[in-house]
Amino acid sequence: MLEDRPWEAVGLTEEEYRRCRELLGREPNHLELGLVGLMWSEHCSYKTSKVHLAKLPNEGPGVLQGPGENAGVIDLGDGLALAFKIESHNHPSAIEPLQGAATGVGGILRDIITMGAHPIAILDSLRFGLLEAPRNRYLFAGVVAGIGWYGNCFGCPTVGGEVYCEPVYDGNPLVNAMCLGLVRTAGIIRGRAEGPGNPVLLAGAPTGRDGIHGASLLASREFDEKAEERRPSVQVGDPFLGKLLLEACLEARDTGLLVGVNDLGAAGLTSACSETASRAGTGIELELDEVPRREPGMTPYEVMLSESQERMLIIARQGGEEVIARIFRRWGLEAKIIGRVTADGMIRVREGGRMVAEVPAAALTREAPVYHRPERAAERPVLDLGALPDLAPSQAGAWLARLMGSANLASREWVYRQYDHLVGVNTALRPGSDAAVLRFKDRPGGVAAAVDGNGRHCWLAPRLGGALAVAEAARNLTVSGARPVALTNCLNFGNPERPEIMWEFREVIEGMAEACRALGTPVTGGNVSFYNETLGQNIYPTPVVGMVGLLDDIAHVTRQGFQSAGDRIILLGRTRDDLGGGEYLKLAHGLVAGPPPGLDLEAEVRVQALCLEAIRAGMVRSAHDCSDGGLAVALAEMAVAGGEGARGLDVDLAAAGGSRLDTLLFGETPSRIVLAVAPAAAEGLLALARRHGVAAVELGVVTDGRVVLRQGGRTLVDEATADLEAAWKGALPCLMAG
Amino acid sequence: MRFGVVVFPGSNCERDCFHLVDQVLGRPVRYVWHQDTALERVDCVILPGGFSYGDYLRPGAIARFSPVMGAVAEHAGAGGLVLGICNGFQILLEAGLLPGAMLRNRSLQFQCQDVFLRVEDVETAFTRLCRPGQVLKVPIKHGDGNYHVDPEDLAARGRVVFRYSEADGRVTPEANPNGSMANIAGLANLEGNVVGLMPHPEVSAEEVLGGTDGRVLLESAVRYWEERGPC
Amino acid sequence: MRWRARVWVTLRAGVLDPQGAATRSALVSLGFTGVQTVRAGKFLELELVAASREEADRQVADMCRRLLANPVTEDFRYELEGCQEG
Repeated sequence: MLEDRPWEAVGLTEEEYRRCRELLGREPNHLELGLVGLMWSEHCSYKTSKVHLAKLPNEGPGVLQGPGENAGVIDLGDGLALAFKIESHNHPSAIEPLQGAATGVGGILRDIITMGAHPIAILDSLRFGLLEAPRNRYLFAGVVAGIGWYGNCFGCPTVGGEVYCEPVYDGNPLVNAMCLGLVRTAGIIRGRAEGPGNPVLLAGAPTGRDGIHGASLLASREFDEKAEERRPSVQVGDPFLGKLLLEACLEARDTGLLVGVNDLGAAGLTSACSETASRAGTGIELELDEVPRREPGMTPYEVMLSESQERMLIIARQGGEEVIARIFRRWGLEAKIIGRVTADGMIRVREGGRMVAEVPAAALTREAPVYHRPERAAERPVLDLGALPDLAPSQAGAWLARLMGSANLASREWVYRQYDHLVGVNTALRPGSDAAVLRFKDRPGGVAAAVDGNGRHCWLAPRLGGALAVAEAARNLTVSGARPVALTNCLNFGNPERPEIMWEFREVIEGMAEACRALGTPVTGGNVSFYNETLGQNIYPTPVVGMVGLLDDIAHVTRQGFQSAGDRIILLGRTRDDLGGGEYLKLAHGLVAGPPPGLDLEAEVRVQALCLEAIRAGMVRSAHDCSDGGLAVALAEMAVAGGEGARGLDVDLAAAGGSRLDTLLFGETPSRIVLAVAPAAAEGLLALARRHGVAAVELGVVTDGRVVLRQGGRTLVDEATADLEAAWKGALPCLMAG
Repeated sequence: MRFGVVVFPGSNCERDCFHLVDQVLGRPVRYVWHQDTALERVDCVILPGGFSYGDYLRPGAIARFSPVMGAVAEHAGAGGLVLGICNGFQILLEAGLLPGAMLRNRSLQFQCQDVFLRVEDVETAFTRLCRPGQVLKVPIKHGDGNYHVDPEDLAARGRVVFRYSEADGRVTPEANPNGSMANIAGLANLEGNVVGLMPHPEVSAEEVLGGTDGRVLLESAVRYWEERGPC
Repeated sequence: MRWRARVWVTLRAGVLDPQGAATRSALVSLGFTGVQTVRAGKFLELELVAASREEADRQVADMCRRLLANPVTEDFRYELEGCQEG
């Protein structure tokens, strides 16, 4: 007998309960209602985001697998493909940062493995509140330790990422993990329960009570003071077991006996069974008594909902189960038949010979409710640039040092030094440059990856912010020598039941879609994280773009650091008076006001095409995206990252544009790239720029030891590179020391 | 000369070591399973880096009881070559094939970075192509590389092969990334056929990865073997 | 007979203990200014079957020496007690 308002206990509305009853044609029992409640949660069903996600372009010449699977896949040619995906683990990390972040990494690794791919790289996008607060330092240190613990032990290099600190992420950090993996095109596996009669195996760790209701309770509700009490539902990771699972899965894959594979992540067995059955148009019948348990006395409800880590659902070819089980045993793991694929589209759960649940797979997945939630445009603060006093020339050097040593612009070495970014011996461009590049061992080229997102931009102007994130990710790949190809996105937003959050969400997606079309980079999948709200405070809308690009020749890898004194420094793109939404505006004037810098997508496409052509023609020695902190910071970073004897510059910015000093030095106008080229190549590059219709000016030369910025006759900045480096490298360790 | 790379549960640099021998050096190599009890057709055995058994209890503490370690000890005793890298070095220490033990890094953090190594001993099988005092740039990536040893035990059973140094070879406290006693980064047994080190030569063996200094270890081993002839 | 052993593994005196040092400074910064030293270690609890207390004692000591502690850097001590059947 069900209680009075049975929907409440499983997080459904009364209306949703009615829909569930209709789909079943009867009252659901306790377990069935639990399954429906979980699968209809925002986290599993995408019921709010679905209608908008459909606007993102998801097709392109190289796309082998778009959204809807465990990961997207693009073709690399000659029988090789790249699987990649990004996912959030925000709420678990807020409660237990080390385990939350570690299991986030474990989950995204398994998503890549399920496609039949061997993971080759991890990237992470992180957001925290200000590091002056001990709690945020605790979260930051814990998250970094968790990512490192899992990735390092597993043996997948963490090669890149980004970190920003803003007060809105206080108590609601963001932890987004992206993974890339390589797979033979013929060996791609999908999460489909094909072939009625085929055995369904549960492989990996035994099932315990961890994470019960993680998906519905943690990821689909806002945060409050009680969050701490929900600590028991956070899962515990075991990267050692995860690594064994990888090896066993790869070996099993090569037998050709795997029909389908799915990760057991959020919503555990329930989600894995209903998703794989639904994709294939089949059903699954489970014998719960066969599920290996870690603790006695678990109810069917607990077994079906458990989010115990390091488990995989495997649909095997009939008769192949013993071979597969033997492979897993060799790696010290169990792979046990727990059910069969059926033809009738039903998820049936049996325990002790009794049918305990019987629900159509489609009711749990495709037929979940879909919402067009109401939205309302919000007013956001607008900057009156005319009323803002300009930067005094005498202060320029001090502000450059201050920006380089600020939490959002400082070196991330403190973070990536804790990650093994080299295992796999593919890392051709290490963390600290604009993107990471991994070489291919069996061919001349490589793959580049970057994650980017700017919540402040998206809060001030969501549509523009969405487009800017895509453009910047592409630019980061381009300056590293890669052609941007496709992306995965992680959409972190507040409570969608608030109309202004829905407005932000739709605007961001439409902005991203425009930029994706212009740049020719389809979206092959991703993840939505709503309810990032703590005590009524919503986070900035924070879409994170994880983009991948390809290099035909690994020799095209280009770094931001200067290589040799005497090289000419050339700025591509025009500098406008863009101060809105920038770091300097926030630090110098305490203002978060917009609009953020406008984006001309055609100009963006042109500047990137030019940069890539110049790199491929061998004209470019160093290249750097000019974004956060503006031109002065970009130039200084190139000097700091410079090689021996090339750690300085002497430039005149008079021709760079910008009618004010603050916008010239620190304005964040997009679609700009700084290049350093050999003296003999400078003329050719300027001519090439003219042909591409891109504004290009020669600013000066690479020197050693000092960063000198002039404007006309006067010197604005003349700082020792070592001093700027000390500020830049010392900031994060110092902040983290408290 | 034939190489073998041991695979323990949780090893994660075995493919990298295999790649180094197979693709970079172009020498025959095969994997050796942790449950094997003999090292057939292997002249040089590599214990790769990683987290054997999850580093649970202590790095290397469980792996050293693997059946294959009996064969490794026999191989070493018979003059065969053994190279332990990172976790492989930790396993050699736990197994007592080299003296000393590892503690957590002084920083308490995992550290992944390039370091400079001064070659202290060019008489071992893995350093005979080095110049005395030569400095190699090779990355480290470990959380437990803080070497500790009783000096008498070290003198009785081992030789210091590598010390963390500055780029110019000066051994300074600043160049010590993890707190290791006397900046020790790598050791050999007295005979010089068993070498363990924390840095990863397989990651610095190709230009595309940022350097080739690490190659000299295995090139030395090949030369040593060719000069000595098969046993 | 079933026995329960509680095993403490600690760093030997004189071996630098960075974890203990970091913990001490964290405690001091939380206001526990009286904390003079912290030594970090491991605690393991195991149950075993052995015919007699002497036999159990011999086994646990052997376990500690061979696996649970590394004699180069670690000391160990343990307590042994009989536990109820079932």
